[in-house]
Amino acid sequence: METRVIGRSVPRKEGREKVTGSARYVDDLSFPGMLHGVTVRSPAARGRIRAIHFADGIPWHEFTVVTAKDIPGKNCIALLIEDQPCLAAEFVNHPEEPVVLLAHHDKYLLEEARRAVRIEIESLPAIFSIEDSLACKEIIWGQDNIFKSFCVEKGDVNGAWAAAAFVVEGSYETGAQEQLYIEPQGMISQVSEAEGVTVWGSLQCPHYVHKALMILFGLPRERIRVVQTETGGGFGGKEEYPSMIAAHAALLARKAGRPVKIIYDRAEDMVATTKRHPSRTRHRTAVTPDGKLLAMDIDFTLDGGAYETLSPVVLSRGTIHAAGPYACANVRICSRAVATNAPPHGAFRGFGAPQSVFALERHLDRVAEAVGIAPEELRRRNFIREGQTLAVGQVVKEKVDMNGLMERAFELSGYYAKRRKFAAENAEARGAIRRGIGFASFLHGAGFTGSGEEYLASEVAMEATADGTVHILAGSTEMGQGTNTIFAQIAAEALRLDCGQIRIVQPDTAYVPNSGPTVASRTAMIVGKLVETAAVRLLGTLHASELLRHGYDAEDFSRACSEYVVKHGALKSFVKYEHPRDLHWDDQKYSGDAYGAYAWAAYVAEVSMDTRTAEVRVDDFVAVQEVGKVINPVLAAGQIEGGVAQGIGFALYENVVWQEGRMVNAQMTNYVMPTSVDLPTIRVYFEEIPYGRGPAGAKGIGELPLDGTAPAIANAIAFATGVDVRRVPITAEALLEMLETVHAG
Amino acid sequence: MRAFLPAYEMETPRDLAAALERMAGEPGGWRAFAGGTDLMVLLEAGKLPHKKYLNIWNLEELRGIAVTAEHVTLGALTTYAEVQRHEILAREFPLLCRAAAETGSAATQNRGTLGGNIANASPAADSPPALIVYEAEIEIVSAAGARCVPYASFHTGYKKMNLQAGELIRSIRLARPRSAALKQYFRKVGTRRAQAISKICFAAAGRVEAGRIADVRIALGSVAPTVLRAVRAEELLRGQRPVDAALLLAAQDALGAEIAPIDDMRSTGRYRRHVARNLLAEFLEVLAS
Amino acid sequence: MPAERARKIRVSCVVNGAAVTCETYPLARLLDVLREDLKLTGTKEGCGEGECGACAIEMDGALVNSCLVPALQAEGAKIRTIEGVACGGSLHAVQQAFITHGGAQCGVCTPGMILAAVNLLARHPRPDDAQIRDGLSGNLCRCTGYMKIFESVVAAVRAAETRA
Repeated sequence: METRVIGRSVPRKEGREKVTGSARYVDDLSFPGMLHGVTVRSPAARGRIRAIHFADGIPWHEFTVVTAKDIPGKNCIALLIEDQPCLAAEFVNHPEEPVVLLAHHDKYLLEEARRAVRIEIESLPAIFSIEDSLACKEIIWGQDNIFKSFCVEKGDVNGAWAAAAFVVEGSYETGAQEQLYIEPQGMISQVSEAEGVTVWGSLQCPHYVHKALMILFGLPRERIRVVQTETGGGFGGKEEYPSMIAAHAALLARKAGRPVKIIYDRAEDMVATTKRHPSRTRHRTAVTPDGKLLAMDIDFTLDGGAYETLSPVVLSRGTIHAAGPYACANVRICSRAVATNAPPHGAFRGFGAPQSVFALERHLDRVAEAVGIAPEELRRRNFIREGQTLAVGQVVKEKVDMNGLMERAFELSGYYAKRRKFAAENAEARGAIRRGIGFASFLHGAGFTGSGEEYLASEVAMEATADGTVHILAGSTEMGQGTNTIFAQIAAEALRLDCGQIRIVQPDTAYVPNSGPTVASRTAMIVGKLVETAAVRLLGTLHASELLRHGYDAEDFSRACSEYVVKHGALKSFVKYEHPRDLHWDDQKYSGDAYGAYAWAAYVAEVSMDTRTAEVRVDDFVAVQEVGKVINPVLAAGQIEGGVAQGIGFALYENVVWQEGRMVNAQMTNYVMPTSVDLPTIRVYFEEIPYGRGPAGAKGIGELPLDGTAPAIANAIAFATGVDVRRVPITAEALLEMLETVHAG
Repeated sequence: MRAFLPAYEMETPRDLAAALERMAGEPGGWRAFAGGTDLMVLLEAGKLPHKKYLNIWNLEELRGIAVTAEHVTLGALTTYAEVQRHEILAREFPLLCRAAAETGSAATQNRGTLGGNIANASPAADSPPALIVYEAEIEIVSAAGARCVPYASFHTGYKKMNLQAGELIRSIRLARPRSAALKQYFRKVGTRRAQAISKICFAAAGRVEAGRIADVRIALGSVAPTVLRAVRAEELLRGQRPVDAALLLAAQDALGAEIAPIDDMRSTGRYRRHVARNLLAEFLEVLAS
Repeated sequence: MPAERARKIRVSCVVNGAAVTCETYPLARLLDVLREDLKLTGTKEGCGEGECGACAIEMDGALVNSCLVPALQAEGAKIRTIEGVACGGSLHAVQQAFITHGGAQCGVCTPGMILAAVNLLARHPRPDDAQIRDGLSGNLCRCTGYMKIFESVVAAVRAAETRA
């Protein structure tokens, strides 16, 4: 299908503001009479709050002080459940848990005051590992420390072992990862009798914040207003946590009677906000003599931190993705998210899948080795095809050619030739460098799982004003990924206008409907489709009014809008998500059609390791993916490039150092993300098999690159060194130890 | 930004003499503030206990790189950027230029100074190993006069140095190499390729004369409370043939015994020790080439 | 009460071509002077420790991290921030390239990144790929993986060559 605007690299809508420094992020805003706010946090991982001491030497009468007692509604940050306090009242369950809030107009004195508050805690024994949590060394949450568990069963796993020629087991781990958006979190709030509670800030999901504030304040919907300011990166890190800061700023603003701004500095942001869930996966796989998968028995555990937050949903996605794009008749995936006394872990691009896919793709290379065939041959013999079922029982109804994607990635990366060359060079062992090349093949479901989209019931509104400008009203947020631009393109395409005539209304719960959260690779595919439909309906209204001839141009359109508004009033359209009738999901059995569509991918990583220091460099990276339709090539490539960069960080550089539940390397100096000289050229290629329900055929791609990058690198390192990599991050220190073992053994 | 700013004072003395007088008048009261790339980080974290600073950034007496036939003398305020731009430093003191290029980023190299780096005395700093190899001399001034200290004896312990209250580092003097046959080696192993704190830093120079190692100097950073000169390893190497497996092993063992690397949030003692040995081997390859 | 307060000082400098005077604490960060006193909010804080480069500006022609410069040392300096990069209404070639080639995603690293690129090109008008990567290595970007930032800088260099 020929498109005018879709498929073109239309420049970013807010690009000019961003390159001139005029885009306004929350810390760029200032209100008259505004106070600054800070949070005083628990020094202990677990315990009972005995007392709060305010030291002498601070003019406390000048300060606004808020504790749990000041919460008018329910003391919780409501998300899936209401277990997480907004402010700890009697007990604390993780280091840095918020206890006291302070506000003052002098931000320097405020920091002095923060140091002068001492929270006296009677410590209780705390647990910090998945093992201790599962063993119930202490019960710190619910009856058994388990937030959620799943057990997916397909076929008969137990019966498969006897017939197996090979049974391969393995255990894999991933560490926590900090989202590290360059703009730290922050909120401004104003509370008044007249307006109710208003918050402005850096966030991904205005309606999540809205709901949380309703419950915290015990106020009805129309008395809470949430406005998204220009947001400097999110990656999931601003999905849940902004509700916490918004609550804090609003409580202070309410008590102070003045606007309050809370901006976290980098250290506070790192130490107190959410991170990627650490994971442990165990695989047990039965294969035939020629490497066909007979059974996959997968055990998947996530460390959720001290409160539930989104752990059940992260677990869900990780579970569903755990068996990958392979056809296997017998699969069991048992999974659970458990509590530890660390700050709650949360959403981070990939959302459980990077964890389980790392384990799977690393494991399958080992399975291939056991069988005695090449890793790509093992994949080839098991890739799923149209008509076959995935682990959760979903019949693949899309055209999929995983082998085609994989071969293309191999061709672009020179995989076969390099494999031979590196193997020969490494064997010669001349010089200090060992080189390797490895890959991962994977899929990523777009949209909320199962009945999730139906439950979200997302809405989009559109209005054309008298001057012909078309306004898109959606709760979806721009945070760099390109939401504003692709929505404009989708609407412009449907309306046969230029993007310049389309305006995205700033996400403000007072004005825009709830389009669901900006997460789960759903914005282009699900919400974009609603935008397209809204545009089509608006056009339909104009045509029906007989004010717009067919074959119209932009001028005709503007004139028609003007006439319509005079004659009939506001020209609007409204769309609500309708779940496709042919998608069925069983929440009890956890099986059925998990996602409307999947993106499919094969990534190849080329690495070199210096044997003297065990430092690993990624020298080349090829990312091939089938995504339905590329709406904006520059933006789409930017998403993959940035995601691969985060995946390289996840694999090699980003290590959270924990001490009794607290991140001790909470500085950018010590929590290491790659710089421009650490990364290779990242080469991105797209294939398009249009998805009937996506706008112009588009599927979701935002999270995809996080799934395949780390295992491709791990497999490449295993090839280069003979080291059996089992966890990420693969630090030089760990690698050096493992190299010694390889040489000794 | 966690510091209580109203508690901090900073003055700009009109020249070096005025600065020294101010410092002498109140022993321990006023401290020097150069480019601020270390002090401002501490300030922002709320971890800068000292409150009174003299802004020495503009003191001309502490700037400039003077070249004579025998020496190159760098003013204490020489920035890393200035080090890298200097032709003679690039040619004759490449280890110092490498260290400068790998310290922080371009932006911090424009503000970070050699004198500030020395006075900050981080065991992980990258210039000190180069300065040890070059057997630098530090000129120190106060209201009472001037004195010279071999850089090798400047650092006396972790964050302890041969610098009294009221004293300032004025310059760093390097003796120009007399032999063109000097082979030099620098390697910093950090957490990443740019803007990285050292896990270990290795600087060395040496000559091979008639097939034997002469004049070898080896210094390491991040393996002890201060920058360390590997005297035991040097002793073993001096006079020997560079290509000798037994010699390498013995030198590596000696090096391992004289360093004291620790576990910290960036790396482990085990890793640092292992890598130190490997870098010594790499240096010997350079010597032998 | 915290011990005696230092008085504020007056700092005079030139910012984006305009002479300005501010009253502030001697160790106030130049970053905060720009953002709060002068209302030039284009320069961003990403880390407060001189690691991310989001606060990068030009001070007397040199690229510096403004979070590490105390206000007192800005006395008499000639400063350029992102607001001073465009000329009147015309974007700098680097800015235009960032828009066309996707160099900006979330935009927070962008002001510092553009200053770093502009400063690099002033010193090396025809940088090779390694020089570009190296010149920007003090500016962290979490969104782009740096690819489109490089492409933007390369495009800006080409645009300058075509014009020359």
